[in-house]
Amino acid sequence: MSKHHVTTTINGDPVEYLCEVEQTLLDVLRDDLLMTGSKEGCASGDCGACSVTIDGRLVCSCLVLGVEAEGRRIETIEGMAKGDALHPLQQKFLDHAALQCGVCTPGFLVAAKSLLERNPNPTETEARYWLAGNLCRCTGYDKIIRAVLDAAAEMRRS
Amino acid sequence: MAEATTAPAKRKLKWVGKRAPRPDGVDKVTGRAKFGADLFMSGQLVGKVLRSTLPHARIKSIDISKALALPGVKAIVTRDDFQDMASEFVPAGEMMINYKDVVRNIMAREKVLYEGHPVAAVAATNAAVARQALKLIKVEYEVLPHVIDVDEAMKPGAPLLHEDMITQGVEPAPTKPSNVAKRVQFAVGDIEAGFKKADVIVEREYHTQPVHQGYIEPHACIASVSEDGQADLWVTTQGHYVVRAHCARLLGWDISKLRVTASEIGGGFGGKTVVYLEPVALALAKKAQRPVKMVMTREEVFRASGPAPGAWVKVKIGATKDGRITAAEATMAYQAGAFQGSPVQMGCMCAFAPYDLENVKTVGFDVVTNRPKVAAYRAPGAPISEYAVECALDELADQLKIDPLDLRLKNAAKEGTRAVYGPKFGPIGMVETLEAAKNHAHYTAKLGPNQGRGVASGFWFNIGGETCASINVNEDGTVSLIIGTPDIGGSRASHAQMTAESLGIDLSKVRTIIADTSMLGYTFLTGGSRATFAGGMAANQAAGDVIKQLCSRAAKIWEIPEDAVAYEDGFVKPAGANAGKFPALSIADIAKKAGKTGGPIVGHAQINAQGAGPSLGTHIVDVEVDKETGRVSVLRYTVIQDAGKAVHPSYVEGQFQGGAVQGIGWALSEEYIYGADGRMQNAGFLDYRMPVASDVPMIDTVIVEVPNPRHPYGVRGIGETPIVPPMAAIANAIGHALGTRLYELPMSPPKVLKAIGQNEAKGQGRGH
Repeated sequence: MSKHHVTTTINGDPVEYLCEVEQTLLDVLRDDLLMTGSKEGCASGDCGACSVTIDGRLVCSCLVLGVEAEGRRIETIEGMAKGDALHPLQQKFLDHAALQCGVCTPGFLVAAKSLLERNPNPTETEARYWLAGNLCRCTGYDKIIRAVLDAAAEMRRS
Repeated sequence: MAEATTAPAKRKLKWVGKRAPRPDGVDKVTGRAKFGADLFMSGQLVGKVLRSTLPHARIKSIDISKALALPGVKAIVTRDDFQDMASEFVPAGEMMINYKDVVRNIMAREKVLYEGHPVAAVAATNAAVARQALKLIKVEYEVLPHVIDVDEAMKPGAPLLHEDMITQGVEPAPTKPSNVAKRVQFAVGDIEAGFKKADVIVEREYHTQPVHQGYIEPHACIASVSEDGQADLWVTTQGHYVVRAHCARLLGWDISKLRVTASEIGGGFGGKTVVYLEPVALALAKKAQRPVKMVMTREEVFRASGPAPGAWVKVKIGATKDGRITAAEATMAYQAGAFQGSPVQMGCMCAFAPYDLENVKTVGFDVVTNRPKVAAYRAPGAPISEYAVECALDELADQLKIDPLDLRLKNAAKEGTRAVYGPKFGPIGMVETLEAAKNHAHYTAKLGPNQGRGVASGFWFNIGGETCASINVNEDGTVSLIIGTPDIGGSRASHAQMTAESLGIDLSKVRTIIADTSMLGYTFLTGGSRATFAGGMAANQAAGDVIKQLCSRAAKIWEIPEDAVAYEDGFVKPAGANAGKFPALSIADIAKKAGKTGGPIVGHAQINAQGAGPSLGTHIVDVEVDKETGRVSVLRYTVIQDAGKAVHPSYVEGQFQGGAVQGIGWALSEEYIYGADGRMQNAGFLDYRMPVASDVPMIDTVIVEVPNPRHPYGVRGIGETPIVPPMAAIANAIGHALGTRLYELPMSPPKVLKAIGQNEAKGQGRGH
């Protein structure tokens, strides 16, 4: 069976790849493009560790096919810092110790960025429900939520 | 001469206790950090495992011929590729494993013993070919009756998992085999005499379900074996030296042939202390002469990697009217899964450990069932027995009309208390955490309708063990700390802080690296809450070694005797009669000239860390019960725990919070659900319901510090204890909200509704 040719944009860069019809976007990112920042925790859309945005919409990349990226704009964790400047969310995650093992962290950061793009001033409850699609087993969520609310406050100020 | 080993805890600390940046932080917020599944090797194959769909069956034959003939299949391994092993128990994490069982757990031999049990493994050029090959492997089974439930498994006539299993620890030894692997008992005093002195006796039975550690990163590894037998393994694990030991043993290789590198680890909680894929990947890689990468699916993680056991626990506690406990007894049976070795012994040791009691008896049974073999999960064994005891204590407090914290204070273990399992405690923080709980604003805050408050305490031993550390002083005076315990939640930061403190240098000058197994001597795994404790002890000793060498080199440069110099805050100064004669030399000054004064400066320590101090904690929780749906909401939660010394307070708080929320899941929503067919029905995160952000409130923390006198910085382990109190604290809170109690975990909506219904039928409800 022949592979499909896909032309897309990832973190602002034009990217072309060939993929099997059954390959997920996560498989393509990790196995073919070697962008391993997005993690596979479940492959069923329950843990959010593979979160990316497609045309600004937050998705689990394990539930999207590689061919669906055609003509779209993909953003992953690898595109979050600009040069050597961390995104405020990344910095606040470090400041608040919002990660322990760190495997869920890329997904949380992508999801939180997507939240703040829609709602620059979320309440704690809004943040908790928006991030309910991301599982963290280490932190108990406390420091993650604090980091997100603190980053939101800082981004509003600047 | 100031030595780093002379109680630096007494000086003013500059780095220990600070919320320092973590060395691996930036890599982990940018996606750069490499976890188990993130490494690729040229020419790598994909390894997949064929697993039993039956809970119990005899393997009559395995035919791999068709699969082997499939283009793209490079190797297949089955039971025939692993030598049988004699019965021999060795430590794995805090638990013991038996190689005879391990070789059968990584690949079924005579029988499959649980759904998910590996039967064969394939290495192929890609995942699609590997999956197709699995379908072409023909296994002929003789189906056997299975047993999932621990009570059923203990009954005479139950299906036997191991036909030769004779219960150990029973005199005289039984003549017939059973599913009870072992009976253990701990006792002090005379419980019968103690119960006679009691004015009130509470006697209850509790049930818990297996729960999974729930690490977000599935098991993953990549193995490479060269033609001359030298092998490399990259793996997500809590202990790569332990993986090396097990793999070398199971494959019959020299340990020196195998180098294991620990990847970044995406959570473990005890579950990544044993081997599953690793020896299989190595065997496949050797056969195929190509690197083999294996990654479990989430479903495989649930069906085939170790959860914590389910259990029943019977508790009987007697006390006088004034709340002094006169006798305490607990009997418990823990599911081990398919092979013996549940943490029931630790359950028996911990059950009453927070208390100073004269008459105690605990008895435990280790029971095999057709489930995946259990693995360590945070304070293995303790959360189950202590849940039962802490619930019974709460009922005792109710009956005696004594505040539950006062009841605990009245019976609290302290320095000098002899534990039921033998030793006398050194300084411990049970009383301090109880007093902090009593004084916390949470404890006296107002409650609304259908709300209840619960408290519970918890105990875990903590452990030490074999640990190595090296400090390389670089040419510019910066230092590299090489340590052998995988960093699962910020330990590189803590180790760097303690090293900077011991050397008296700036934290930014220290970089911590996790060694692979060829770089340091054997170092036991990250678990038991030992990494910061034992690693800090070794790093401090290695720093002492560095300081000694620095002093000697400075003396050589100045041409004065070695004992005529002193070390202070990163500088060597002339001392005594020579004081002020030469300008002080910094580490950088000495390092620059190291080549001329005897060669590179490397400090080293290899220790078997002793003197781990138990950590005790007390939790307070408020819940609200929705009487229509039975849903329990956690409204407020406070964790109070003795850390000895918090090296990095943020990560100590993080351990407290994470453990508490895992406990909330254990208490309210997590369980393995089996069908009558012996198959797990909820092997995914949608149906195995771990807490998400919207399920929980902020988790308040109070760090109590009763220093551990056996550690240079007073450190105790802190990672295990936080999962011990939540189940009982929540059960007690629900009890107070409803006016009726539940005796079974998880306290999910159907069970809560049932309890409400029964309570209302009895007309006993007191909350409205």
